[in-house]
Amino acid sequence: MKLMLTCKQASQIISQSLDNPLSRSDRIKLKFHLFICNACTRFNQQLHLIKTAVQRMKLETENDTTIQLTVEAKARINQAIDSKQH
Amino acid sequence: MNKNVNDWLNDHGDYLYRFALARLRDPHQAEDAVQETMLAAIKSNSFEGDSSARTWLTGILKHKIIDLQRKHIREQPLSDLIDLDASDTSMDDFFDKSGHWLDKPQTLDMPENVLEQKQFLSILSSCMDKLPAKLAAIFMMRDVHEVDNENICKELDITATNAWVMLYRARMGLRKCLEINWIAG
Repeated sequence: MKLMLTCKQASQIISQSLDNPLSRSDRIKLKFHLFICNACTRFNQQLHLIKTAVQRMKLETENDTTIQLTVEAKARINQAIDSKQH
Repeated sequence: MNKNVNDWLNDHGDYLYRFALARLRDPHQAEDAVQETMLAAIKSNSFEGDSSARTWLTGILKHKIIDLQRKHIREQPLSDLIDLDASDTSMDDFFDKSGHWLDKPQTLDMPENVLEQKQFLSILSSCMDKLPAKLAAIFMMRDVHEVDNENICKELDITATNAWVMLYRARMGLRKCLEINWIAG
């Protein structure tokens, strides 16, 4: 097992770390790589920032009460409901 | 029942619409998701008075959103799927043969409160619009709708490797786009 990751491998492991817990060996190798590599450290921070930012965007949309179904959309959906029930 | 469902649309329709829009980012698809949810609510008898109607409807909506995302991903041309199988080559675009960055990620000049900034979020949003539709959809499923990888594979009928390759490419593309546009802005 090689301890040294290339930046390409590190970037792949960083992306995976957003989805699943890393294996112990990947975690150690990544930690070591980030310790010596500024570019991948920035990459890691930026991927986390993007994840946080898209979550923030989601919450902003969910909480923005000025966003509403249009009158037309509501009418259309009401019509669909009625036609399903008769 | 008849009255209930129309009432539910009045009481919860806007909430459900925002919930769907936040995950689908497309007003028409979000409207469709609300409509599908209401129609499913008519058919279903599973509503128990002790959970709130909104919680129950949101549960249905979550599945409808995934259905729409799956449909969206499957409608992509076959050429995209073939391209996906050749994904190893396209991942090399960012690295040289020995695995070094071709363009090292730059320091982005980010103030502490960057997430409060409309400009940052709007750049990110336009970068998401520029992603290939299939990558954008799986990225939304994972990082916005927070469906876990195992369920993404099940829903889309793809392998774990395909899923992580697509997510990786989406994130690589987004980050690069953000870097280019944030520095330029």
